[in-house]
Amino acid sequence: MPPEGSVFAPRKPLSPQLKAGLAITGAIILLGLLAPWIAPHPWDTISMRTRFLPPNATYWLGTDEYGRDVLSRLLMGTRLSLAMGVGATAFSLAIGVPIGLAAGYFRGWIDEALMRAADVLMALPPIMLGLLVLAVTPPALWKTALAVGFVYVPQIARLARSVTLSLANEDFIQAAKARAESTSYILFREILPNAWPPLIVEASLRVTYAILLGSALSFLGLGAQPPSSDWGLMISEARSFLDRAPWIAFAPGLAMCLLVIGINLLGDGARERLDPRLKARVKA
Amino acid sequence: MAAYIARRIVLITLVLVAVSILVFAITTLLPANVAYLILGPFAPPEQVRALELKLGLNDPVWQQYLRWAGAFLSGDLGESTLMNRPIAPLLMEALGRSLVLTCVSFVLIAVIGIGLGVIAALRHGRPPDHTVSIATYLGIAVPEFFWAIVVIVIFAAWLGWLPASGYEPLSAGFAVWAKHLIAPTLTLVFGHLAHVSRLTRSSMIEVLQSPYVTAARAKGLPERVVVLHHALRNALLPSITVLALDFGRLMGGIVVVETIFAYPGLGRLVVFSIQNRDIPTLQAAILVVAAIYAFANLVADLLYAFLNPKIRFGRHAA
Repeated sequence: MPPEGSVFAPRKPLSPQLKAGLAITGAIILLGLLAPWIAPHPWDTISMRTRFLPPNATYWLGTDEYGRDVLSRLLMGTRLSLAMGVGATAFSLAIGVPIGLAAGYFRGWIDEALMRAADVLMALPPIMLGLLVLAVTPPALWKTALAVGFVYVPQIARLARSVTLSLANEDFIQAAKARAESTSYILFREILPNAWPPLIVEASLRVTYAILLGSALSFLGLGAQPPSSDWGLMISEARSFLDRAPWIAFAPGLAMCLLVIGINLLGDGARERLDPRLKARVKA
Repeated sequence: MAAYIARRIVLITLVLVAVSILVFAITTLLPANVAYLILGPFAPPEQVRALELKLGLNDPVWQQYLRWAGAFLSGDLGESTLMNRPIAPLLMEALGRSLVLTCVSFVLIAVIGIGLGVIAALRHGRPPDHTVSIATYLGIAVPEFFWAIVVIVIFAAWLGWLPASGYEPLSAGFAVWAKHLIAPTLTLVFGHLAHVSRLTRSSMIEVLQSPYVTAARAKGLPERVVVLHHALRNALLPSITVLALDFGRLMGGIVVVETIFAYPGLGRLVVFSIQNRDIPTLQAAILVVAAIYAFANLVADLLYAFLNPKIRFGRHAA
């Protein structure tokens, strides 16, 4: 059974929303990938003679309290933010999807146990759970990414479960059972491919949550450590100089804003494309 | 309905017990020796051993948990290892300040969010609608700590109207107290407006096109009455649910906002106790947050059931 229209189904023209999302996200990914080659200055060289320079012809976005070029740091930080978003979301999917598939397919006590465990993790605001998990180890960005991924496992698992529940009674699953296919074949070859579209859309929106939560944790000191150019950390360090050098904080803040808007446009656009009923409802 | 509420409260209690086990388990992993924290880093080893014995730090973990949970239920939250004060009053002060912050923000989010949503719906597809859409999109996309910095730069650094951070008790005078509350409140409101206003907008657009609104208009009722009395009442249903959820989200939002503005509430207490390895305080504070969060979610569900006659929760509901 083909899923209800792929994101890139032919003939349907891309909506302006989806185009804008693709353009913004694509441009940022490109800048992140090319960062080491296009950054105009070294991102981590301390130079006391160039401290707190406002944006100018040499330093397009100014310099920070150690005389480092803000633009170069911003570009290098793009990679960290993207890695945080994608890495954390991939982790949530890797753990959450199998859990959701199992809960939705086996039902009964397995379902009950897994979903009650999810309830417990969802009983804390995400940022508190992240803080709690990270409190036990010395901070590092990859740990923060894992913690952020862990925090969103229950949401992914719930979605995967509900998709599985709705697929489990479809004819093609009954047919697979009648053919005496193995359970893992049914779960991963029959259900999973059909559960992908909603999961992918949800994941693309989760990427922005992950970026925001990850940067908030870095901001609180439980993520990237100096001299990293993580955007959250950059903003945190710039906090002490807001009155004389606000550009140090504004550059990463606006960059993050742009990235999140780009990914949101992409996710929303993809969702409308996959679920025409939703679009009709909103536009009604 | 009563049975459903009772069942949910039992479930929440069980979840909170599980959360308390989780919190206790995680915090026992913390690389910190409570005895050393209390006695200071240069305490003689035999004194440390004596205190460890007295506090029962060498007992099995489950015994420690039961002792802690029992004391917690009887209202004894222990003593902060950092501030050498009983935790209960410390926590209550912080909770009170946080509730002031969240409640004020919550009311503003409700009023402004619903207002913006209605305006956007009435001017559907025209400039005011687009302006509200873009503004709320920004609200979602911008991290709270960045809003905070924008507020600080504009109102504290440039205009000099507000203090950049800190807190003054009400006893210092209402104006001083309120001034310290404005910046964190603004930040929280910006960050949480989007959900309510977007939802109000879409449900209002839907309701405004329904036959009964057309009928009300055809009767010749003034537009104000049609919008406020006929349409809004039905359109608010999803908004109210999402507002209750937003109250829970605010409990997360205060972590960052209170830290930035040095506002001594619950969120800052959590961050502070993590940074200083003040384990008993951390355990108590997290549990209080979990309880508030869980009940906000319960209220959201109940309001939804109460307001929407099509939904009835029961034994057979999913």
